[in-house]
Amino acid sequence: MTDPFNGWTPEALGDQGEVLPVVTAPDAVLSRPGPEVDPSDPKVVRLAADLLATMRVSPGCVGLAAPQVGVSAQVFVVDVTGHPKAASVHGAFALCNAKVVEATRWRPGREGCMSVPDLTGDVKRAARVVVEAVLPGTAEPVRLTTDAFEARALQHEIDHCAGLLFLDRVAGAHALHQRKVYL
Amino acid sequence: MIGKDRPGIVADVSEALARLGANLTDSTMTRLRGHFTWTLVCSGPGAAEVDAALGPLVAGGQLLATVREVGPEVEAAAAGEPHLMSVHGADRLGIVAAVTRVLAENGGNITDLTTRLTGPLYVLVAEVDLPAGTADAVAKRLAEVAGGLDVEVTLRRTEMDVL
Ligand SMILES: [Zn+2]
Repeated sequence: MTDPFNGWTPEALGDQGEVLPVVTAPDAVLSRPGPEVDPSDPKVVRLAADLLATMRVSPGCVGLAAPQVGVSAQVFVVDVTGHPKAASVHGAFALCNAKVVEATRWRPGREGCMSVPDLTGDVKRAARVVVEAVLPGTAEPVRLTTDAFEARALQHEIDHCAGLLFLDRVAGAHALHQRKVYL
Repeated sequence: MIGKDRPGIVADVSEALARLGANLTDSTMTRLRGHFTWTLVCSGPGAAEVDAALGPLVAGGQLLATVREVGPEVEAAAAGEPHLMSVHGADRLGIVAAVTRVLAENGGNITDLTTRLTGPLYVLVAEVDLPAGTADAVAKRLAEVAGGLDVEVTLRRTEMDVL
């Protein structure tokens, strides 16, 4: 598999990042479409590092987007390494201004979100996507082709950047599930 | 039926109905804030007989059963275009009333609906049949109403793949 990031790793950010508190729905920032960012802006690089740091300390977290730490912006991080539903895996990475340019093989799947801690939902997502974006701290556009769980994670995070939650995409009235048990 | 949840309620109720010769047809069971709830349609014996058969199960006061006779089933007319409406936001009085009124005023018929309150977050997902060609106008009106309530609303056409 060729490396779409040309050797880029989170170390290139040159910043360990800071763990930030994660905001939860119904916080308005989660429903606001985030603006595009300048990937070379030091503040954007810092934000990417903070998102990575926050994702790393959050158990089971495979992706985190800027609105989830209270920043309305098109920046997110993903790391599905070791996830049983993953096929293609590109390790931990951060992307700015990401867009899905191809989406095929739509499959249902159940997903949760750190910003909606008590619910999960059945959502149809493309099992194969091509995403175009820019790595933080660079100006080079990258084109990432991936599948399975990594594709789902990317679509979930790109939705966050557009102000959408999985709640906006659940497949039906019986596609919403409670995580917490009220007894 | 509604009551305190415990393992075995569905088995107990359906066994009582089967012993009576009542044929369980459509039903939907879920838990609402921890309460067992089951709405079911069965055919065969009369309401009084069913009520009596369920007597031992409700005797302890933990389970409530209401039995009513309903008319013969009606063949549902093909009614418009199926859509899915999602609403979420901070819990407040009247969200469901306001958004479902918009659907009703436009001839929309809700065929399935779930609401959940978790912490401060209120979520509603409704499946609704809309008269052909009205979806855009309904979506526009929903957005206005949702804006006034400070909640998010999306209305999407339901995909239907017949295989
Ligand atoms: Zn999320």
